[in-house]
Amino acid sequence: MPWWSGFPIHPERGSTIAEGVDHLHYFLTAITLIFTAIIFATIFYFAVKYRRQSENDKPPHIAGSLTLEILWTLIPTLLAFVTFVWSASLYFRNSRPPEAALEIFVIGKQWMWQLQHPEGPREINELHVPVGQPIKLTMISQDVIHDFYVPAFRVKKDVLPGRYSSIWFQATKTGKYHFFCAQYCGAQHAGMIGWVYVMTPVDYEEWLSGGVKGESMAQAGGRLFGQLGCITCHMPDGTGRGPSLEGLFGKPVQLQDGRTVPADEAYLREHILNPRALTVKGYPPIMPTFQGQVSEEQVLQLIAFVKSLGTEERKPAKP
Amino acid sequence: MSTAPAEISVEPRVHYLNVDYGIKSWLLTTDHKRIAMLYLASITFMFVIGGAFAVIMRLHLIEPTGALVEPETYNKLFTMHGIIMIFFFLIPSIPAVLGNFLVPLMIGARDLAFPRINLLSWYIYVVGAAFTMYAVVSGGVDTGWTFYTPYSSTYANTHVMATALGVFITGFSSILTGLNFIVTIHKMRAPGMTWFRMPLFLWAIYATSMIMILGTPVLAITIVLLALERLLHVGIFDPNLGGDPLLFQHMFWFYSHPAVYIMILLGMGVVSELVTCFSKKRIFGYSFVAFSSVSIAVLSFLVWGHHMFVTGQSIYAGLVFSLLSFLVAIPSAIKVFNWTATLYKGSVSYQAPMLYAMGFIGLFTMGGLTGLFLASLATDVHLNGTYFIVAHFHYIMVGSAVMAYLGGIHFWWPKITGRLYPDTWARFAALVIFIGFNLTFFPQFMLGYLGMPRRYAFYPQEFQVLNVMSSAGASILAVGYLIPLVYLFWSMRYGPVASSNPWGAKGLEWQTSSPPPTDNFEETPVVTEGAYAYSSEEAPVV
Repeated sequence: MPWWSGFPIHPERGSTIAEGVDHLHYFLTAITLIFTAIIFATIFYFAVKYRRQSENDKPPHIAGSLTLEILWTLIPTLLAFVTFVWSASLYFRNSRPPEAALEIFVIGKQWMWQLQHPEGPREINELHVPVGQPIKLTMISQDVIHDFYVPAFRVKKDVLPGRYSSIWFQATKTGKYHFFCAQYCGAQHAGMIGWVYVMTPVDYEEWLSGGVKGESMAQAGGRLFGQLGCITCHMPDGTGRGPSLEGLFGKPVQLQDGRTVPADEAYLREHILNPRALTVKGYPPIMPTFQGQVSEEQVLQLIAFVKSLGTEERKPAKP
Repeated sequence: MSTAPAEISVEPRVHYLNVDYGIKSWLLTTDHKRIAMLYLASITFMFVIGGAFAVIMRLHLIEPTGALVEPETYNKLFTMHGIIMIFFFLIPSIPAVLGNFLVPLMIGARDLAFPRINLLSWYIYVVGAAFTMYAVVSGGVDTGWTFYTPYSSTYANTHVMATALGVFITGFSSILTGLNFIVTIHKMRAPGMTWFRMPLFLWAIYATSMIMILGTPVLAITIVLLALERLLHVGIFDPNLGGDPLLFQHMFWFYSHPAVYIMILLGMGVVSELVTCFSKKRIFGYSFVAFSSVSIAVLSFLVWGHHMFVTGQSIYAGLVFSLLSFLVAIPSAIKVFNWTATLYKGSVSYQAPMLYAMGFIGLFTMGGLTGLFLASLATDVHLNGTYFIVAHFHYIMVGSAVMAYLGGIHFWWPKITGRLYPDTWARFAALVIFIGFNLTFFPQFMLGYLGMPRRYAFYPQEFQVLNVMSSAGASILAVGYLIPLVYLFWSMRYGPVASSNPWGAKGLEWQTSSPPPTDNFEETPVVTEGAYAYSSEEAPVV
């Protein structure tokens, strides 16, 4: 290995957005270097040229210059605005996951990462993904705030307790990349790291189907749906005490208090844990809370099950 | 430092240091100059402790697996380093030491408006520091100086409450000091000292005092809410209790971002005094420099959300906070350009305070410009929570603010103690600090860009080279900070006696003797010209 290999000029680029972020980074680095050089050189030049000759020096009186003030207000303002627009548009683009993204679920807890594929496989501190396909991570913490950070992909997002957050990325080459917890979370914070394995789609399929054939998230959720007794009220044909959940996911729901909210992941999670806050119009507020009875992992499984309802026993998403 | 050097009594003249030597005359003093000395002793003590923690951390990080301490201990070290340095050194540093000493002298007053409240604020500081030091010696605290919930409110089992109580109490010391400065500047200026004749240091003090009295109560409220949740389990921040974990961050940064400007605005104020004196020039664009302080103070309250770009806050909120953060960079740039232009056609001398001031401008330029990476949404996503942030805020808060503080201490030392320090040593120290600082923190910019998260007690192998470089630089920096400690102490006893105005500076504080008498001026001065009238011509205001 050459001696300079310890000094890479940029971290590995493993995602579609990495290069764009790096270009902005280089632009800002150039601005920093140019302005620093100008300031250093000018100070050095003035300090030498106008060094004190005697204690009796009488420098001329110069109060200032309006032209210069305007000039050195306008130039930085212009540069700031250009940078702002550039970075904001990049950020907007990078924030929106494509529709067809493959969804994977992340649960952070002191001090490990649990990653759950809809097809069933569950990993600890490792994440296997196919190359060239958008991946959306839906994340939640079981305790304190964590943060999922993959430097090679230039993505990072806090993983919060009580609320889903998400990031997406599309890996551009196969390989092995570090991911880190980037929000201090206690004693073993530094140990909360792992690897993303980016594989060819064929290898990924093989990896998915390899190992112990477990149940998918939706199947596990269906099992819970029976065990927890949800099925007794939420009957598929709508004759139960609660509404039928067939085809519910993604649809708007009218609440007792007049609001209409979309039945997304956040809604379903809140409804399982705090049902009284979201009583559906036309139904009595009798659903008990499942707070403390189901883990975040089980909540995700229940949501996966509800998602699959009415979609003809949804098969695991195939690319 | 509780008693004055004894040999000063050889001098026949009575001044604030030799007027009385009893311990009570110090602990019960209402003289703003003596209170400044009490603060100087206390914050220097805290700086040494906070610095020692930093030294242990840098030594620990030489090895990827961690060379010295357990991860739990490392977490406590960076937490206590941050809390001590920010709340008990940086925030009181320039206002409580230099501000206390200089505000009345610079405006031609005998003391601050409320001398007893001034003493009270020092006692409050000491009580706050005592609670925090109790937490340190009884096992420490490991939440990070940011106390993020729900870790701090529910999960941490270290001395969170004692530490937070210390920070809460010390806040009142800031509020009282700020209040005192504002009233003093409004009501006690000498005849002829109009607002636009004031030295820029006073503009900075005024803007900073506003931040202290408007921002600190929010921190106090936040700590009370944290205590309610931690002790009484009232659900405010912990979602398991029905709270919102991000609410804490909004409240915390609403104070803590402006708090950064408490440190840096005053550094800018000090540097404006130094650059003018050592180039014998009026400041270039006085009113632009003055109003940039005010606009920084106002904008500082509107940018807190840039600490939260990756928390999942709305992307539109992110957009607004990003734009405002870019805006706050502009008055800072204006200041740098004006200081540089002040040297033009000046009579520049390179005495120690000037070297510190130049060091400040250099490090502040780099610290400020690297802030743009973090105001930019797309790059912030990658850099947030990494060593890039650590490097950036150390360039601002240590590189710049401490450099300015030391520059100020060196500049006004002859006035404060009546003694001169060895200028060669002081210049050498400034150089060592500048070099050591850059060697310590520049590698951290690279570490952050390469993806190393901050607050890691151990780290993957690939980051080792840069960590070792940073630690090596830190050893130079530590020596750089120790040198002034030695020669400044030395000079109090052995330094040559200083004249009343050794630098040929303008400003009312240089018109009275060194050290000043207890009442500051023999008779109330009358001001007839603007600040920095180093040239003969009458000074029209731009």
